Order: sequence, then structure tokens, then C-alpha cells
Amino acid sequence: MNRLSLVGLLLLVIRRDMLLAMRRRADVLTTLVFFVMVASLFPLGVGPETDMLRKMAGGVLWVAALLASMLSLPRMFSADHLDGTLEQIMLAPQSLTVMVLGKIVAHWMLSGLPLVLIAPVLGLQFDMSAAAIWTLMLALLLGTPVLSMIGAVGAALTLGLRGGGVLVSLLVLPLTIPVLIFGTGAVEAVNSGLDAISNLALLGAFLLFALVFTPFVAAQALRISME
Amino acid sequence: MPSNPILEVIDLACERGEQRLFEGLSFSIFSGELMRVQGENGKGKTTLLRTLCGFVQPAQGSVHWEGRDIHEWDDLFHSQMCYLGHANAIKDELSALENLQISAGLAGIEVSEAIALGALRRMGLRRKEHLPVRVLSQGQRRRVALSRLLVGEAKLWILDEPLTALDVGAVELMQELIGEHLSKGGMAIFTTHQPLQVEGVQIRHLVLA
Amino acid sequence: MAINWFKYSAPSTFYGLAGKLIPFFAWPAVILFGIGFYIGFFVAPTDAVQSEAYRIIFIHVPASILSMFIYLIMAGYAALGLIFKTRLSAMMASALAPTGALFAFISLWTGALWGKPMWGAWWVWDARLTSELILLFLYLGFIALQASIEDPRRADRASALLAIVGSVNVPIIYYSVQWWNTLHQGSTVKFSGTSMHIAMQQSMFIMLVACWLYAIAIAFSRVRSIILERESNTQWVKELTNTKGDQS
Repeated sequence: MNRLSLVGLLLLVIRRDMLLAMRRRADVLTTLVFFVMVASLFPLGVGPETDMLRKMAGGVLWVAALLASMLSLPRMFSADHLDGTLEQIMLAPQSLTVMVLGKIVAHWMLSGLPLVLIAPVLGLQFDMSAAAIWTLMLALLLGTPVLSMIGAVGAALTLGLRGGGVLVSLLVLPLTIPVLIFGTGAVEAVNSGLDAISNLALLGAFLLFALVFTPFVAAQALRISME
Repeated sequence: MPSNPILEVIDLACERGEQRLFEGLSFSIFSGELMRVQGENGKGKTTLLRTLCGFVQPAQGSVHWEGRDIHEWDDLFHSQMCYLGHANAIKDELSALENLQISAGLAGIEVSEAIALGALRRMGLRRKEHLPVRVLSQGQRRRVALSRLLVGEAKLWILDEPLTALDVGAVELMQELIGEHLSKGGMAIFTTHQPLQVEGVQIRHLVLA
Repeated sequence: MAINWFKYSAPSTFYGLAGKLIPFFAWPAVILFGIGFYIGFFVAPTDAVQSEAYRIIFIHVPASILSMFIYLIMAGYAALGLIFKTRLSAMMASALAPTGALFAFISLWTGALWGKPMWGAWWVWDARLTSELILLFLYLGFIALQASIEDPRRADRASALLAIVGSVNVPIIYYSVQWWNTLHQGSTVKFSGTSMHIAMQQSMFIMLVACWLYAIAIAFSRVRSIILERESNTQWVKELTNTKGDQS
């Protein structure tokens, strides 16, 4: 009987969460459908004028992505919390930080990555240029993991509390505003014919920063909530 | 000669919210011993067990394993104990085999399929190892949860109501397993609402009042 | 604000100390508020460009500064509470939050009152005002989280973690919003183009000190209520409330 290496542990946790989600496909789909719905509400609300929609596109899609991410956050820990597996995870003689990172990665692959992949379709609905769509995808690719990571801290702090998704959103949304600003900034730069590289670089910096700190902070938040 | 692992509790006091459940609790458990914690509902049995796991920080006092505080040991202590709570800690969407392998893996024990199947069969789950746990009965699910005790080499078993939902055959099996565990030098502390006897073993009692 | 920590870090002793100190902060605060208002409204001359409306800045600026300052202090107490596990630190953080939120709200409201005569709009997406709004959200999040958790120990520690995470984010948020604002060439809320009249500066400074003193007094007062509520099971609180009951 061997002990798992840290990478092995990470992969085990990711595999486990993906396996669970695959057998329960509804969760992945609801996030995706919500994203599409919210993005579609805006033209209904503000009118179908193509010029205006094209200008709004970056912002609208980013806000929709933010909200869709928030919606899926409680799912990160609540199922495990309810059936007792979270307790076992915390009692395990392994790095909780690594296991939390695993859960974050799995959450992103199920809730963030699908948004990146479906963004082009919505981009076309908003008549975005090809360059803008590519930039949006790249920006979402860099930004959605950050949303999952900051969201993990919120989900861990609000574990088991009534008010669920709304409370998490209240706590996490203000913290995600920088990602929103530079994510949309990237798209708008491209729309104005400028280079989006500085925006994307900043998003990359956020990603690295979050990667270094959030799994540990979220693990501490779990300990606080589970005591 | 391997050391005599002991769990020692010194002047322990636990609170839930603002209420003090118990205080001044002191006892030791040596290898080969079996202790049963009794008390009315709400008197802190589960809290005590969770404090022994290191989950909950006691309001006062400390828990020691082989002479050192369990919080100092941290992961090393956790690798030598196995805790089973009220909840089964298994996933409905996975099969019994997948559940066992994954939960063992998370606990740091890589378990081959052969060993996992052996453990499940010992627990009476032959021909049900690959079914999603969702379709098993409550008693069968409990058996899947308990199969964790058969893999790994935990010296200390902390069991909160292990016999829940088990039928007579399974209860006898559990008694047998605990007996084997104790004779190998392990120790166990548990709570139960059902009678439990282990052949040849004198059960110590701790009453929380 | 730190005296001899370890002696007064017990809620029971701090309760008495805080009670004695409140008047020393409250009275000067009231006096300074009075002086500040007087100078701000009556002594300082009408601004050439912004006329009477600009007077509101002597409330707006101190409120803004204090809302940010209090957040940092709150996060500081929260960190102390987490690291040293002192209950009083956590109580102080809880006591400061509503006041900080209030100042953030006043800052936003006075910003709007100023904006209306200036630009004809009640709200302007200026970098500072937007950051202030986000700060208000952070305060509200802290308060909401505390309110949602029943177990006081978990509530303290969870909100402390949130406050620390928030304070790390505050500079990031501030600079992001600044950048966003310059990109969109939004309006900037500036004081008058020419330098401010000395009387107005004096008034602002006095108001700043007054707000700070007020914040301390109110925080002490609030923490006393929190102490009474949390420690209601202890002997000293029972004795205290008993003697009070006898007197009434």
C-alpha cells in the first residue's frame, strides 16, 4: 500500500469530482443554459440594435459568465458536506490545500471551461468580430479559473448556511470586479483596434496570484466552517 | 516489540456553541482495548469522538497519542486512525468498489482492485461491488462504509454508531472484525444504541452525564 | 488605540475601560463637529466655480478617508483575532463594521449630493465613487456573513478571513477601477480647479479628526453591547445586570 504523491492526490480528486459530475450531467448543463439565458436577456432588455449590442458584447458576456459561475459555486463543497465525505477529506493525512485545488480545478472544468467553449456562439449572436471573439475566449480562459478560485473561498466560508447561492455571490462578486474590468477591457481593446496583450497579461497575473494563495485560504476557510 | 500505542485524554472539556457539554474528562486507551461511550442524546458523545479525531478544538485539556498532542502529530496521527461517523461518507453515484478505492486513496492508501474486492466480499457485498451505491439498501450502504476499516492499517478506530441499519448477520460480522482488529494490537472507541459484544473482550464504559 | 494589550484583552476588563474612555472621545468629537460645521458652512467663502454645493466635501472627504481607514483597522483586528485567538479582537472588528459601512454610505450619498448640482446627475461613475461603492459591498458582505452564522466562534473566524481577503483585494480593486475609469474617460470628481480656500481645508481636517474620534467612541460603545451579549453566561455579566435590575 503506497502513499500518493501530491500530484497523484490532485489527479485523484479531479478524477473523482469529474466522475461524479459525469454521472449527474444536469449540473454541468444548468450552468451552461443559465449563461446562455442571461446573455440572451440583454438584447431582449435593451433592444436588438446590432451596433449597440456589438459594443456591449464584451461586458454582457462577462457579466453573464460571472453570474453563471456564482450560481455553480455552492456545488463545490455542499454535496460532500451533506454526505459526510468532506469530513473524511479533512481527516485525511494528506494536504488539504492540494485536495481543495483539485476540487477547484474540477469545478472550473465543469462550470468555467464550458462557458469558454460556448462563448463563440454567443459572440455571433452579438455580432462580434472574429478577433473580438478569440480575445474573449482567451480572456475567459484566463479569468474563469480565477472566478472558481475566489469563489472557492466564498463557498468554503458559507458552507451549510441558509441563503446559499445569494450569500456567496454577495461575498464573492465584489472581489471578482478586477477580473471583470480587465476581461472586458481586453475585448474592447481589440474592438478599438488596439492590442489586448496588457489586459490579458494582467488576467494572467491574477491567475497566478490566485493559484498561489487561494487553495490554501480556501482550505483554512473549510477548517473554520467545519469545526 | 512494537510500542503500545495509547490514546490519552487529559482534563478534556468540550463546548457546543456557548454550552459546556462536559469537563474534566480524563482516560487512556491501550492497544487491544475497546471502549464504549454512553450517554443520553445531546450529551456530547459525537462531539467527544470528533474531538478525539482532532476535528474540534477542545475548550480545555488535550488529547495525546503516544505521548504527544494529536495536533502536533497532525497528519501522522490521522494516518493511524480511522473515523466513521453517522453519515456513510459514500457517494451514491459511484459503485461500492469505486467508493472504496477513492476513499482509501484520499486517505493516502492506494488500494488495488483485488484488495478492494476482497474487503467488499468480506463485508458480504459479493455480486454488488460494481453496482452504483444508489441501488443498495441502507444496511448494504453501511457495509460499504464499514469496508474502509478493512483496508489500511489504522491502529485506532473511532466509530460513531457503526451498527446503524445493519442486520443481525452484519452485526455479528462487525463484532468479529473488531475482535480481529483488537487482537492485532488495534484499539477502538465507539458509541452505539445497540448491544455489541466481542468475544473474549471486556468492554470499558465511559458515561457522559 | 493599543494600550497594554494583555491586561485589557479580556472582555471583562475591557468593558470597564471602554466605558470610562468613551466620554473622552465623544465630547471632543461633538465639539469638533460643531467647529467643523461652522467653519465649513459659514466661514469658508463661496467657491468661484462650484458655488455653495462644494461645501459638502468637508463631510464627503473625511467620510471617504475614514471608511477606508476603518476597513483596514477592522481587518487588522480580524487578523489578530485569528492569529492569537483573542475573542476581544474579533468583537472589535464586529463593532467597527457598521460604522465603516456608515461612513462609506455617507461618502456615497454626499458624493451624489455634490454631483447633482455639478453635473446634473445623481450618480457619476467616477473611480473613487465606484471604489467606494465596492467598499460598501465589502462591508455589507462582512456584516451579512456574520449575521448568517449562528455559532459565534465560527462567525468571528469566517468573517475575519473574509475581511483579510477583502483587504488584500482593496488595492487591486482600487487600481482596476482607476484604470477602467481612465479608459472610458469618465468624469473625475475633483475639488475646484484652483486650490482650495484655507478655511475649507481647515474645516476638512477638523471634520476628519472629529469623525475619527466619533468612530472610536461609537466602536467602544458598540463593543460593550457585544461583550454583554456574548458573555451573558459569565458571572461578572450576571452580577452587572443584576445590580442594574435592582437599581431600576
